[in-house]
Amino acid sequence: MANTPRSRVNLLSKAISGTHSSTGGSTLLGYIGIDTIIEQMRKKTMKTGFDFNIMVVGHSGLGKSTLVNTLFKSQVSRRSAGWARDEKIPKTVEIKSVSHVIEEGGVKMKLTLVDTPGFGDQINNDNCWEPISKFINEQYEKFLKEEVNITRKKRIPDTRVHCCLYFISPTGHSLRQLDIEFMKRLSHSVNIIPIIAKADTMTTEERQEFKQRVRKELEMSGIEFYPQKEFDDDMEDKSDNDKIREAMPFAVVGSDKEYQVNGKRVLGRKTAWGVVEVENPNHCEFAQLRDFLIRSHLQDLKEVTHNIHYETYRAKRLNENGGLHPISSSDTQESNL
Amino acid sequence: VLHHDRFTAQMIYEKQYVGFATLPNQVHRKSVKKGFDFTLMVAGESGMGKSTLVNSLFLTDLYKDRKLLNAEERINQTVEIIKHTVDIEEKGVKLKLTIVDTPGFGDAVNNNQCWKPITDYIDQQFEQYFRDESGLNRKNIQDNRVHCCLYFIPPFGHGLRPVDVEFMKALHEKVNIIPLIAKADCLTPNEIKKLKDRIREEIDKFGIKVYQFPECDSDEDEEFKQLDKELKECTPFAVIGSNTVVEARGQRVRGRLYPWGIVEVENQSHCDFVKLRNMLIRSHMHDLKDVTCDVHYENYRAQCIQEMTSKLAQDNRMESPIPILPLSTPDVDTEKLIKMKDEEVLYKSEVLHQMLCD
Repeated sequence: MANTPRSRVNLLSKAISGTHSSTGGSTLLGYIGIDTIIEQMRKKTMKTGFDFNIMVVGHSGLGKSTLVNTLFKSQVSRRSAGWARDEKIPKTVEIKSVSHVIEEGGVKMKLTLVDTPGFGDQINNDNCWEPISKFINEQYEKFLKEEVNITRKKRIPDTRVHCCLYFISPTGHSLRQLDIEFMKRLSHSVNIIPIIAKADTMTTEERQEFKQRVRKELEMSGIEFYPQKEFDDDMEDKSDNDKIREAMPFAVVGSDKEYQVNGKRVLGRKTAWGVVEVENPNHCEFAQLRDFLIRSHLQDLKEVTHNIHYETYRAKRLNENGGLHPISSSDTQESNL
Repeated sequence: VLHHDRFTAQMIYEKQYVGFATLPNQVHRKSVKKGFDFTLMVAGESGMGKSTLVNSLFLTDLYKDRKLLNAEERINQTVEIIKHTVDIEEKGVKLKLTIVDTPGFGDAVNNNQCWKPITDYIDQQFEQYFRDESGLNRKNIQDNRVHCCLYFIPPFGHGLRPVDVEFMKALHEKVNIIPLIAKADCLTPNEIKKLKDRIREEIDKFGIKVYQFPECDSDEDEEFKQLDKELKECTPFAVIGSNTVVEARGQRVRGRLYPWGIVEVENQSHCDFVKLRNMLIRSHMHDLKDVTCDVHYENYRAQCIQEMTSKLAQDNRMESPIPILPLSTPDVDTEKLIKMKDEEVLYKSEVLHQMLCD
């Protein structure tokens, strides 16, 4: 627990603040400059940039593409720009990855969106989660292979899924069987963030009731969604994350159109009875989701993926076959363990 | 009815007036005395607002004791058929309304053939009517045939889903299907239009026979014809229902209160609820029953008879094709009657067979 990168940074900042208080530890004569490490780290990460891989899962028509575009304020997913006339529901679940580099405040992010068209759209959806599970494990496998190479790349390309947004249909009743099946099976290999899609279907009251029912069902089914309780580092984390967990799943509305409301231009959906403002916290919880996902927990999502989900996969793989055989028997390139 | 009254009033002054022009009124009076019945089926996945819509249409509260199951409880649930009956009276006219609910439809992970309990139910009602109709005591036949099926299409999709297509194709020759776009208040006017166009296109493409409004009589007035035209161009109806009353524009109306505005169920610029209600109850209820009797039931009956007669030819036995209850001690008169009926049915089935072969 104390060895995670997150807590290492905490220790560092605690050490730094310690130099100014001289309680315990040696008193320093003069300024050394350890605190600049943070600045150096920052500069380096800005130069190298970030990778972030987000997967969206949910049946057709729940606004997945629109939401991702709204979250990242760019046309990350081209699908939402009007339906193609001959858009068909694929017969099996497909996995489609699309990458974009977006930049903000000097920070570059390579955002990869993994779409899963066909999920939940068939009459018989038995095992429709398998192609998704397979894809997630394949990315872990790729990373593992690189990691155990003799000559390793300086920066291993990270295609692992850091976050899986699972879209719940806003029926107003409860979760569907497919929702539970999917989340039960995948919450141990990837960070799942359940969200309630197209929340403008429900009034505020209906939304609260629905959320409560959904949370209860998630609990009863033993589904641990992100942020998982067991990975809270310290009391501060726990308190922050508890607040977030209480408010989840966020009920969101997405839009890439702007309208004039009270003299301001806002992102929203215009109906005959009013404009649903996407970023208005009284209308929906999009702003909360965005702040949580992007502004506070983006890095943590990556860390939990790397330190926990990936490690679990790695340990399992190394324990298979006594850990002495090459990782992939179908691969011609041998790698040593 | 108004139309005929005007006509009748005019005729009374003419010398050749016999008086049978009052027949419609007589029929009207008798029906009012007898009362009407109507069986409406609602189908669609859980959470599409079916119950709310039914309550809104008939101003009832049929579902107040309902307990919603959660996902775990629903895992082993199969599609059920549940009937609610309510007697409604308005201005002296009595309606016995039966709502046939289909909980569980489309909710499982594997929904293969999930429409089978529904088609079986419809067939069973036809079979029962067929027996009763062919039986001896026909005075108190109970008509439980399904006159109309409202099918709720989710507004979240981009058109019809595989399950929608399969369901409608399995039922379009057994019952009048009226497809609806459910929970339409989550769509913008533009989105509704696109979705309606797309659904109409796909209904055509897949050869689904949804309920068609009958053509207007040529002697109807222009206003009626215009309304009729608008109705037809508006399908599938995009509907919203509500169990609650809200304050909007100084009035108390059925609606939904959102932070960004109030949706009024009966406001025609908000949704097609009024069109659906008018069509279902105020203008086409009778036609729905007629089509059920004249087309769907007759198809069933013809098919039934055909199967029976071909089976008869195969078996080469002189068994009665009509399921008549075996009488314990058949007396001579009844036996004669039975034999007569047998021959009559056989004759009729041959005639039918001829007609179908033409």
